[in-house]
Amino acid sequence: MAAHHALSTKARLRVLLPRIVLSPSLALVAIFVYGFIFFTTYLSFSDSKMLPSYGWVGFENYKTLFSLRMWDIAVTNLAIFGILYIVICSVLGLFLAILLDQHIRAEGFIRTVYLYPMALSFIVTGVAWKWFLDPGIGLEAVMHDWGWTSFQFRWIKDRDMAIYTIVIAAVWQTSGFVMATFLAGLRGIDGEMLKAARVDGAGTFAVYRRIVIPQLRPAFLSAFVVLAHMAIKSYDLVVALTNGGPGTATAVPSTFMYSYTFTRNQMGIGAASAEIMLLTIAAVIIPYLWSELREDPR
Amino acid sequence: MTNTFLNIDKVTKSYGAVRVLNETDIAVQQGEFLVLVGPSGCGKSTLLNMIAGLEAITSGEVSINGRVVNGVPPADRNIAMVFQSYALYPNMTVRGNISFSMEMHKVPKPEREAKIAQVAELLQITHLLDRKPGQLSGGQRQRVAMGRALTRDPDVFLFDEPLSNLDAKLRVDMRTEIKKLHQKLGTTIVYVTHDQVEALTLSTRIAVMYGGDVQQLGTPDEVYHNPANMFVAGFMGSPAMNLFPAEIVSLNGGIGVKVTTAGGYITLPFPHGAAMESDIGREIVLGVRPESMTDPESADHDSPCLEHVDLPVELVETTGADSFVTILLGGKECIGRFRAKSAATEGQLTHVTFDMSRAVAFDPKTELRLA
Amino acid sequence: MTLRPARILLYALLALFCVYYLLPLYVMLVNSVKPLSEITSGGMMNLPQAWTLAPWKNAWSEAQVGVAATGLKPYFLNSFAMVIPAVTIATVLGALNGYVLTKWRFRGDTILFGLMLFGCFIPFQIVLIPMARSLGFLNLSGTVGGLVFVHVVYGISFSTLYFRNYYAAFPTELVRAAEIDGAGFFTIFWRILLPNSGPIAVVCVIWLFTNIWNDFLFGASFSDFSSQPMTVALNNLVQSSTGEKEYNVHFAGAIMAALPTLFVYIVAGRFFVRGLMSGSVKG
Repeated sequence: MAAHHALSTKARLRVLLPRIVLSPSLALVAIFVYGFIFFTTYLSFSDSKMLPSYGWVGFENYKTLFSLRMWDIAVTNLAIFGILYIVICSVLGLFLAILLDQHIRAEGFIRTVYLYPMALSFIVTGVAWKWFLDPGIGLEAVMHDWGWTSFQFRWIKDRDMAIYTIVIAAVWQTSGFVMATFLAGLRGIDGEMLKAARVDGAGTFAVYRRIVIPQLRPAFLSAFVVLAHMAIKSYDLVVALTNGGPGTATAVPSTFMYSYTFTRNQMGIGAASAEIMLLTIAAVIIPYLWSELREDPR
Repeated sequence: MTNTFLNIDKVTKSYGAVRVLNETDIAVQQGEFLVLVGPSGCGKSTLLNMIAGLEAITSGEVSINGRVVNGVPPADRNIAMVFQSYALYPNMTVRGNISFSMEMHKVPKPEREAKIAQVAELLQITHLLDRKPGQLSGGQRQRVAMGRALTRDPDVFLFDEPLSNLDAKLRVDMRTEIKKLHQKLGTTIVYVTHDQVEALTLSTRIAVMYGGDVQQLGTPDEVYHNPANMFVAGFMGSPAMNLFPAEIVSLNGGIGVKVTTAGGYITLPFPHGAAMESDIGREIVLGVRPESMTDPESADHDSPCLEHVDLPVELVETTGADSFVTILLGGKECIGRFRAKSAATEGQLTHVTFDMSRAVAFDPKTELRLA
Repeated sequence: MTLRPARILLYALLALFCVYYLLPLYVMLVNSVKPLSEITSGGMMNLPQAWTLAPWKNAWSEAQVGVAATGLKPYFLNSFAMVIPAVTIATVLGALNGYVLTKWRFRGDTILFGLMLFGCFIPFQIVLIPMARSLGFLNLSGTVGGLVFVHVVYGISFSTLYFRNYYAAFPTELVRAAEIDGAGFFTIFWRILLPNSGPIAVVCVIWLFTNIWNDFLFGASFSDFSSQPMTVALNNLVQSSTGEKEYNVHFAGAIMAALPTLFVYIVAGRFFVRGLMSGSVKG
């Protein structure tokens, strides 16, 4: 029998067509994600000022960056904001999820209320909280109007406290999402196991502490990844709420990058700061993606 | 090979360094009903997918009706396939599902309509034609899946565990229907299952597979009564064939086997071992089917070699039609199939009749059949 | 049925948090329909004494945004002109990618997917500089088309993630059956996959719509006065330091910017939540 294993045109097309269809997207990602990352990385080692320039200056930009007081402020702010934001959102989200999990009435309505801020733009959130926290017309003025004349709440104008107002607004916007993540996790827990725990004599509190919460690890993980990367990327909210002020008191790396690159014409330093942001996010995301995709068959 | 219709010639399959199917040769005649049976991971579905063209062949050749089909897309192989999940398109009606393949092959509409009517009639699904798969029961979906396959007038029908999603009763009914359909249409069928009962009832030939190898290829009768090795012996039949250690001895001028029991040992004649004179004293594994180890009344009285022994009973399980009686032989728990009303009682001696003309012997090391 | 004290506490807590989440919305709403003087005199929490729609009218068509007194209307339209094509293109590409990555798998496809996925998470600051130059090179600087392009590029990662996870759960046997039936690559996609993709398409469209509508960074970086999206215009309106701050107009503008996404959320909240949940990569 003469073997003719050569593939027919049709069979070859069957193999090639899927790759052809995928390739435009891959090309876009290759250029506009990876190519651009490469380009920005190069700029961070260059003497670019107002426009890209290709003179190699080594780690000069990074040295300058780390010696800048504003970068120092930005990183400190990000640390304060990031930690508080993640911790408060997680705790509040878990607490709300447990409350909602008690077979309550109108659960759908309450869930909708808790989650709607997630549909808003950070700019809208920023505007609402900016004026609500403004001592001239917001909470403080309202309290004075209601007769509590000694009431003071002027964090948003206070260089030391302004960063916390960003935490307040960001938690308001995102905690509902964390609640939803945990609620989905709670609903995914095997009901028979909870019955077994009850039969074993565990009370509500013990059931949550010993059985339920330990099983929410995946929900914690995905909440952490989403919150961490939102914290590092946060830009809109800071711009809308405080615009980095008072002065530079609420600068964060994202506003720093924008201002050095496009306003102060220090593109090399801006690129270096973007690089630091990328590396920080990558440190969180890459292990996560790796562990999520690794077990995939083949 | 004159009449070979579907020829599997030295076919292998590897994923990277992992080989899931070792060199396999199977020649299927036109009109045959070949069942590939084995536990999951034995390579049976891989082989079926390679016949279908859904997986590439690593080496070797598959030919259908004289044409090598390596590299031919599934649609051009003139095959039809019924899937385990039925794979009915949920967005189309039953009519749409059956008609889809003909549409793809540009069969004109009137012809399609006629064919749908004919197939629906054959499978008694005419009243379901305008429903969506979601509205059908498991058995109905199964019929639609077969109907879709039938429109092709295929050279070969491929079935991938088609009954495993049905409940026990329906499975038996559909098994009968598939058998009838095969008798009516006479099309060549390759059928994959992990259920040995399905294999024995449906097939004209069985390929028992394990670990990427065909362990035995033969008629249901051959595979059942003359298993090629201990794997086949243990896999085919339910309860499985009893396998227990024994020793070849000389008995009344012939060959016998000596088996330890709960209280001592028994010696039984072993007609299949007639040629094993040089093996006297050798340790073997004896294989006895449950139905060849029964109460005296249920024994096959046409058998040339019945032996009656009194043995202690460990356990009796009643199943309605039969009682499964556990007896210790060679240190193993062995099951005899007794009739429901037999006198066997736990902890007591009972009469056991061995049909030694059915007993087989295996090498304990190679696990291959000796006699 | 009488409520036990614990249940009363539970409902009290739930109600308290409802107030917390609704308060900013309440503030925006009531203050968008009262005269400025009522706000500046400390009455932010009060219902309006003199109801007025003037702030809405002002925000929509009269307010000074940036250089021109056009109101937010042109920017509202810009946002739609940007969102609709961007969402459409990104969704179609994502559906095709998800189809290939699950039903026509090939060696290395998981790695390619992982590489695409990373695009969901990068801080966009890393692409701002080269993207600004590329848009100039493509003659798309400061145009709505440029914004559409940017959002498509960075939306593909998300749409691919959604469709890939959805199609991964879609029985591959159906695709194989269709192949045996003689259907080709596109026929299978069009006749078998797409008719069964309703839910995920809704999830994907809502997610992209919300994200792109709410985007600020790209809008602020790559648009000029003729092409600014709503978020950028709203920020300009609120931050502009000329004249008296018209808080009521700001609030009206903020609600306008929030309305499309709020509308989607209220109409299709279920799908919105599902989209959020798919942050977990495997889904």
